[in-house]
Formats: sequence, structure tokens, C-alpha cells
Amino acid sequence: MVREINTREITDAVKRLSVEANEQLGEDVLRSFQQALKNEASPVGKEILDQLIENARLAREEHVPICQDTGLAVIFLEVGQEVHLVGGDVKEAVNQGVREGYGEGYLRKSSCHPFTRANTGDNTPAVIYIDIVPGDQVKVLVVPKGGGSENMSRLFMLPPSAGLDGIKEKVLETVKEAGPNPCPPTIIGVGIGGTFEQAALQAKKSLLRPLGTPNPDPELDDLEKELLTEINKLGIGPQGLGGRITSLGVHVRLLPSHIASLPVAINVQCHASRHKEAVI
Amino acid sequence: MPKAVTLSTPLTDEIVSSLEIGDKVFLNGIIYSARDAAHKRLIELLDSGKALPFEMQGQVIYYVGPSPARPGRIIGAAGPTTSYRMDPYAPRLMEIGLKGMIGKGKRAPAVREAMARYKAVYLGATGGAGALISRSIRSAEVIAYEELGPEAIRRLVVEDFPAVVINDTFGRDLYEEGLKQYRIA
Repeated sequence: MVREINTREITDAVKRLSVEANEQLGEDVLRSFQQALKNEASPVGKEILDQLIENARLAREEHVPICQDTGLAVIFLEVGQEVHLVGGDVKEAVNQGVREGYGEGYLRKSSCHPFTRANTGDNTPAVIYIDIVPGDQVKVLVVPKGGGSENMSRLFMLPPSAGLDGIKEKVLETVKEAGPNPCPPTIIGVGIGGTFEQAALQAKKSLLRPLGTPNPDPELDDLEKELLTEINKLGIGPQGLGGRITSLGVHVRLLPSHIASLPVAINVQCHASRHKEAVI
Repeated sequence: MPKAVTLSTPLTDEIVSSLEIGDKVFLNGIIYSARDAAHKRLIELLDSGKALPFEMQGQVIYYVGPSPARPGRIIGAAGPTTSYRMDPYAPRLMEIGLKGMIGKGKRAPAVREAMARYKAVYLGATGGAGALISRSIRSAEVIAYEELGPEAIRRLVVEDFPAVVINDTFGRDLYEEGLKQYRIA
């Protein structure tokens, strides 16, 4: 049974979710801040966490973005195999949603030509990933990604001999070198294996899992907890001003790699961790 | 012991030299917003001997690209952008009188040296607290490069804008002190 969905519905969802993602801090992040307040030893660190909680309240109530960097628009569509999309090109529909959301929602336009730095004016083109899944629905995930944390992200093509220890080393090195720059406390997404670009995409997708939920794979769950403990020993703290809470979580996704390769991608996410979804 | 200080722009060498890392500053008066693209243009103007859009002596630059203001608001969210990207330009501006920079994240050694040499401070605002920080901004006016949108140079009037001294004129660094105190080897 084929289900017809008009792409205008996708435009509307992208528009609405873009604004929501930027104004409403995730409940999982807020809970994480509350937990961090209990565990943070630094008085300055606690003050920063208090400010971030207050900021989230103001953003929600006054309809102001949590952060002025409302990000490049990253959108994941999961299109059910039984769906027939009508009404126009689906990628153009997504871009139209971004155009409308960022325009009418008073969000910042942060997309520009890499050489001239001329702003594109409407925060398009969106970064769009489309997957075909079972079923007859369309899931729309809007994941605005800011430049600060993204700039601290890294990808390493390790030799297989580097092993798990080599991966842990690179994660810690990346967080250490970033220091205060990505607005700690951060969430660290790690993609292991796959090809060069697949590792990066896995790292980004790992950031979509709600903070505080375990990794379904027990081995990876252990790795995540170990990495988080090691990261928080670095002492970077909230805003890098010193403290015990440098990261709120580490999420790992893993895929088979080439027999000659051990790719590891580390996507740093700031505490805004913006992602909202809707199902059509 | 860090102290709380209320300051007004323009800043003098004396005021700037009295600040120490960790001090909590409440800034008042006029500050100028500028980030990557505007800094590039300012240096180009300097290089060709042309006048800048504002007199640099005593001024404070805030590294920010605000989101657009809803009707009835003075400015949108207005938290700091990451400062290292302005490192290539900052020493030249301090040479001609820039006394303060507000941003977030660490500065290069050359910038810290220039702060000691020319007497300027680097202040940190809380990254990601865009809505909260915007409350300290009483007016915002584009004075140059309107076409740069969020990257335009704006004259901002601030009232008790909260910031912490990250680098002082004595070469000290608050980030380094924080690591020393909280790092577990």
C-alpha cells in the first residue's frame, strides 16, 4: 500500500523544527547540566552551568536562540519504502524549510562561499542526508551544527596496529587540544571504521542518541564510560576555566573497516546539542 | 584573589594594567562587534593607510555575530565566537590602541605577547549563553559592512556586560591556571 506524502509537509516540519531546535534546549541536556552541577568541584564551573540553565530558560520563554550560532542546517530524512513523495523535489523542499525557518524564525544565516566568504543569505544549502527505511512514514531530524565545536572535530586514518589504545589516544588528544574552544562541557561523538567519510558520518549520527542513554553494545558502552572518565580527568571544565566536567558524554558507533585501515572520526558537539525530530 | 570590577570604555593603559586573570569585569559603554570578515577588512584598511570605521584608541572589540533581532528586541542572541580565528589580526589592532577583546577560547602566544607589550586584556564571555548575554546590550547599530550580515561591525552600548579576565597584561592565562588546579594526571 503506497502512501502519498506531499513534500510541503517536509518543508513545514523542517521550518518548525529548525526554530524549536534553536530555542528549546533538549531535556536530556538540561538533566545532564543538573547532574553536572552535583559533580562539578569548581565554583566557577558551577556558575557557568547555572548560567547555561538560566540561558535555556530565557531562550525558551523569550523565543531567542540559545546561541547566536544557529548553525548550518543539517537534516536527516528517513523515508519509508512505502512512501511516494509528491509535490516537488524533496531536497528543494528541505531547503525551502530551512529558508523559511531561518528567515521567519529570526535565526542567523551562517552559510558562505568558502573562498569569498560571501554569505548565501538564507542559510541554504542545507546539509541533507536521505535514507530509505521500512514503513510508510517520513522521519525528519533537524540537527543545527555550529562552527565552533565542528572546527575542533578531527578524523584520523590510523594503521590497524594502533588498535583500541590508538583510538583512545586520539580521542583524548582531540579533546585536550580543543581545550576551551568548543564551549565545554561537550559531547564527543566517535565513529570507528567504515571508509573515510563514513567514519565522520557515524560520529555525527552518534551525537543524536539522547544524553544519559547507554550504548546498546555492552563493549562500546564500557568504552564510552572509560573515555568519559579519562576526558574528565583533563581538568578543562566548563568553558575551559578548569573543572571536573569537561564532557557530558561520549557516544561511539562502529562499523567494519578495510583490512588495511582503522579510521576514527571525532565529532565534537558543544553543550547546545541541538536536535529535534518529527514523524510525518 | 580575583576581584569584581566595574569598568567603562574607553579603557586606559592604567585601567587595563590593574586587571588580573580571574577578575570578574562588568563592562559599560560602547564596544564594537567584529569577527573574521571585518577583521580582514580592517587590516586591509590599515595596510593601505586608510581610516578605520571607528577610532581604535581605548576601544574594546567583541567577537560576536549576533542572530537577527525579533521586532521589539535590541539584538538577537549575542554570545561570543571563538577568538583564535582573529589571532592573525589582533596584534596589529592592539598596536594602534585596541585595549580589550571579548571572546572565548585560547589565544596564540603572539597575541598574548602583544597584550603585554601594548597593554591590552582578553576577556571571556560565556559561550553558548547567547540569550543571557544579549540582556546586557542596550543598543546595537551597524556602522560598517552591512552586507556582511552577522559579520558587520556594530556599535554596541552595553550595561554591566559580564566577562572574566582570561589573559592580563602580565602574560598570565586563566585557562592554564584552571588546568593546573583541576587536572588529574
